[in-house]
Amino acid sequence: MNPAPSVIVFTVLSGMGFGFLAMLGFGLAGGAGGLAFAAWALGYGLAVAGLVASTFHLGNPQRALLAFTQWRTSWLSREAWAAVVTLLLLAPQALSDWLGLGWGRGFGLLGGAMCLVTVGCTAMIYAQIKAVPRWNHWIVPVQFLVAAGAGGLVLAKGGLWGAVASALLAGVLALGWRIGDRRFAQVGARLETATGLGAVGRVSVFELPHTGGNYLMREMIHIVGRRHALRLRQIAFAMVGPVPVLALLALPPLLAVPVAALCHLGGMLAARWLFFAEAEHVVGLYYGQRGAAVAG
Amino acid sequence: MTALPQATEKKLGLVIDLDTCVGCHACVTACKGWNDQGYGAPLSDQNPYGADPSGTFLNRVHSYSVQPEAGPAQTINFPRSCLHCEDAPCVTVCPTGASYKRAEDGIVLVNEDACIGCGLCSWACPYGAREMDQAAGVMKKCTLCVDRIYNETLPEEDREPACVRTCPTGARHFGDFADPDSKVSRLTAERGGYALMPEMGTKPVNRYLPPRKKDAPQEASLLAPLLDIKATGFAGWLDKVLGKIG
Repeated sequence: MNPAPSVIVFTVLSGMGFGFLAMLGFGLAGGAGGLAFAAWALGYGLAVAGLVASTFHLGNPQRALLAFTQWRTSWLSREAWAAVVTLLLLAPQALSDWLGLGWGRGFGLLGGAMCLVTVGCTAMIYAQIKAVPRWNHWIVPVQFLVAAGAGGLVLAKGGLWGAVASALLAGVLALGWRIGDRRFAQVGARLETATGLGAVGRVSVFELPHTGGNYLMREMIHIVGRRHALRLRQIAFAMVGPVPVLALLALPPLLAVPVAALCHLGGMLAARWLFFAEAEHVVGLYYGQRGAAVAG
Repeated sequence: MTALPQATEKKLGLVIDLDTCVGCHACVTACKGWNDQGYGAPLSDQNPYGADPSGTFLNRVHSYSVQPEAGPAQTINFPRSCLHCEDAPCVTVCPTGASYKRAEDGIVLVNEDACIGCGLCSWACPYGAREMDQAAGVMKKCTLCVDRIYNETLPEEDREPACVRTCPTGARHFGDFADPDSKVSRLTAERGGYALMPEMGTKPVNRYLPPRKKDAPQEASLLAPLLDIKATGFAGWLDKVLGKIG
């Protein structure tokens, strides 16, 4: 799939933002007064920046409000609702923390739980798509939730909690790659099933329907070299796992959290780029492009 | 509404005969011609006369080489368009309700006035049947020429999809799969029509007819009766002498 920057930035920023908002909602960080204001502003800023970025790839963004109508069947619509409800639910909690109004933690706990629901909906937009076997697996929502949780914990708590969450995230990413590399073969889609010509013999592409490119090829057939992908996986793994763990455990707390958070962000951008670039759509079969993603 | 109908009264769709298709792309041109000026936004082209032309099409014809276990390889032309699936994943993923499947005839359509151009439906389709128009920013797909098939201002023989009407070899057939006596149902039954990528669970309506088995090439030369001539007279004597010397 085409690794479009708008979607990568959207999922990474809003994932980290909602993860951090959940921690603030649960009361795991934030303090009071100006400190609380800064923390909540950062959380809202990340989440909203991500959501705004997601509208950049729309063909007709002026009709975006219609995306709230089909929550009965569409995960994208559910995500829109979940995001708005979450941001509204957490607002009173943010006010209470900032101004010391003492409104308890009810809104925070509810909003925190809704943060996780929102991230889950984002993940399901991808995990529901059978035509992309690498995405169509339970490991995808697990990865999105653990990534949001780890991002949130690194920002909110740092220290041992952040380190444990970062290590867990690295493990989940590695597991995702392991599972994902086998998914296409497991699903069983081949040029023979795509054309139904397997009964006649071995099928190969003789001629393409068009000499130029088209939307399908630009959007759904992306070729990434194997060595290139392997190196990026190593970088992503190191930057979400070992590096933040070392930073959080070895550096003084005031320095550790920003360093670990920036590393996490960089690592997740690399991991999310791979999430799109390595995902093969079955339509590639018609163009003889199956396996291109791992051939280089 | 993006909820799929439980069942549709009719199941309109196409039968595509891979035995007869010669890969002339007339269906591609006819489709583009009709749908460029009728229903919804036109099918735009980008840089059509430049170095890197590209455009929106609702039908594309691939060509495959198929190597049987014995004998020479065969070229099989393969038109690919929307299959109007009963369990259409492109419809349920749509966040705005722009995509829908009609309960009366099963045609899958896009209401372009409600489409935000997010592209998710094109991701959900395993068959690459949906293409985003780069000029209008809305999703385009085969409408089964919904503006032809019910159009009483057209002569009756023209009330079928443009691709079917134009096919010079009769490789495309249009009809109702819900009616077991329809032409498409009978063709599917007689010729072993099949669905594409059943493993995707989309339950396509369209069917493809497999190529018929090819004749085995003749073992003996067509000239065989002529090659068995016995020479007589002088030629016969010469033949005998030359045979002895050799």
